[in-house]
Amino acid sequence: MRVVESINRALHDLMGADLRLVILGEDVLDPYGGAFKVTKGLSSAYKDRVWTTPISEGGIVGMAAGMAIKGRPVIVELMFGDFIALAADQIINHVAKFRWMYNDQVEVPVIIRAPMGGRRGYGPTHSQSLEKHFCGVPGLTVLATHEYADPGTLLHRAFASRSPHLIIENKVMYSRPVLGPDALPRPADADVVILTYGGCVEHAVAAAKKLAQEEEIATTVVAVEQLSPFPGDEVRSQVGNCTRVVAVEEGSPGWGFASECARALIGRVRHFSALTGPDHPIPSSRDWEDDLLPGVNAIQAACIELFQKG
Amino acid sequence: MTKERAIRKDETVLASSLAELQIVTSSAARNLTLAPTERGLLGFELPAAVRFYQQMMLIRLVEERLLDLFSQGLLFGTTHTSIGQEANAVGVINALDRDRDIVWSNHRCHGHFIAYSGEVEGLIAEIMGRVTGICGGRGGSQHLCFRNFHSNGIQGGIAPVAVGSALARKDEGAVAVVFLGDGTMGEGAVYESLNLASVFAAPVVFVIEDNEIAQTTPKHLTVSGSIVARAEPFGVRTFAYDGNDPIAIYELAQEAVGYVRAESRPCWLYLRTERIGPHSKGDDTRPAERLEQARARDPIPPMRRRVANADEIDAYCLNVVDRAVESAAAAALARG
Ligand SMILES: Cc1ncc(C[n+]2csc(CCOP(=O)(O)OP(=O)(O)O)c2C)c(N)n1
Repeated sequence: MRVVESINRALHDLMGADLRLVILGEDVLDPYGGAFKVTKGLSSAYKDRVWTTPISEGGIVGMAAGMAIKGRPVIVELMFGDFIALAADQIINHVAKFRWMYNDQVEVPVIIRAPMGGRRGYGPTHSQSLEKHFCGVPGLTVLATHEYADPGTLLHRAFASRSPHLIIENKVMYSRPVLGPDALPRPADADVVILTYGGCVEHAVAAAKKLAQEEEIATTVVAVEQLSPFPGDEVRSQVGNCTRVVAVEEGSPGWGFASECARALIGRVRHFSALTGPDHPIPSSRDWEDDLLPGVNAIQAACIELFQKG
Repeated sequence: MTKERAIRKDETVLASSLAELQIVTSSAARNLTLAPTERGLLGFELPAAVRFYQQMMLIRLVEERLLDLFSQGLLFGTTHTSIGQEANAVGVINALDRDRDIVWSNHRCHGHFIAYSGEVEGLIAEIMGRVTGICGGRGGSQHLCFRNFHSNGIQGGIAPVAVGSALARKDEGAVAVVFLGDGTMGEGAVYESLNLASVFAAPVVFVIEDNEIAQTTPKHLTVSGSIVARAEPFGVRTFAYDGNDPIAIYELAQEAVGYVRAESRPCWLYLRTERIGPHSKGDDTRPAERLEQARARDPIPPMRRRVANADEIDAYCLNVVDRAVESAAAAALARG
């Protein structure tokens, strides 16, 4: 099964199990089934509960909040994660706040699914990883799915919590097969640990394999699924006694995943380095984009560099 | 008929029992009892004119007291009073079915809130940051939640939320009301919401309270074109009123709510009004003659002339406010 099917199946299961659930998004109706085909088949199966919306990202997230507060859970699909900027106010000042601000008198079962990431040549406004801007927002859980877990199960888990979730999906990853956690390289005594998430996981795994084969550097890949609140304890336990950690993310440098990893590991590791995307917008040129986003070679080089430091 | 009950955070109390609401006495203040009266706070048993007068008076006195407490340095943060606009709150809220309809209000929410809930003490305690506040001291003046009443301090942000809530409860015949000011016509969320409400046939009443000013900015500097005419092109029916008579507003709101409920369509209810008080506290920049104009449209004096026992009602309301302040002050400060 591919990632897109895993998510699609979970959406079907959730729609079948909860007859109050509504899916909102732009161009989600069949036969199109969403820009990345994640909602395919749903509007045919659940005609009354899959609504194609105006191009109003803020509006539909707000509408979802109102529905959810009054008993109708909603899963919102943002066509591109980049458009989440238009819904920032609704996410930060409405969806995430209502429950606490109203003294726990309400719950807001809203899931926002956002396809993020580059490597498809979509250019500056359709290739970003904007999730860090929504991390550290109290009341909002941010998850990032990847093929070494189970994207469908993640969706089920988010839905069961009946609280606001932002789930970061990755555009490239949709077509990848679901491999499950056992496929992640986890050598017994790792020389280096790579901490990463989302679309970078596959590159980290490829780098780890090369490091083992070509350099005999035992490399563990820790694929973090929950970005916010940051699971510091879990990350520390996954890193274990390893003293060299490389954090890898596709987003822009600073104030992001790598910074949070560093914070979680203060005083725990001897060497830490970070690989991120560029500090300027992502170019449309595919080759240029590839040079800029942390890929297999860059990750491999960063691990070797740390290893050589001792 | 039980008159005393703790209603805050108590989902088991039926909304229909609102008619019996009495001020909630916090355990810390049990001995501060309300003056003996058979009259419910919102006066449901009273004829419309008397009831509206009582509710407006309650709102007015609560808000005047809030400004007073602020000037004495007894309150923190900020507060936006609806002094001068009480007729809107009373007229619109009384046209609703409190058992099922939903209210979304903005920063200037006390009037809407009191008309909906009668929770004077809960409101004052909330603004005083007490544990007995309607949101346990978490929300303060602009962020209230009580049954199907909600407010938020982000201009326009509640509009799409109101649309969603209306859609969620449409099957039960509920309508949602959302209060917006003239200055908020600048927010894109309002127009997304009009479109969404129309496209999805959401039973929402968009209430526009046009007091011709936003904080310190007069309407003519920032609002283009016609506010009344804004909704029609979205296929949203408009009701408009220019005046400050709560009974006229009530009747128009009844018509608007009736239309929305029957047709399952949104509507735009435009109310021209006047803000007599400051935007928040002591920040009124309007020239004296403009303020004079605003005061000339105070909705309370004309209503007072229509109510025989106004003195008695005033005294009752004042007593409610006094007790509520004392009781709130006696409650513990909210903290984590
Ligand atoms: C998004 C947003 N921008 C600015 C403010 C600050 N603010 C609070 S009330 C207000 C004026 C609102 O004017 P209007 O909509 O006419 O309502 P009124 O105060 O007259 O009731 C402003 C600018 C805010 N609360 N939210």
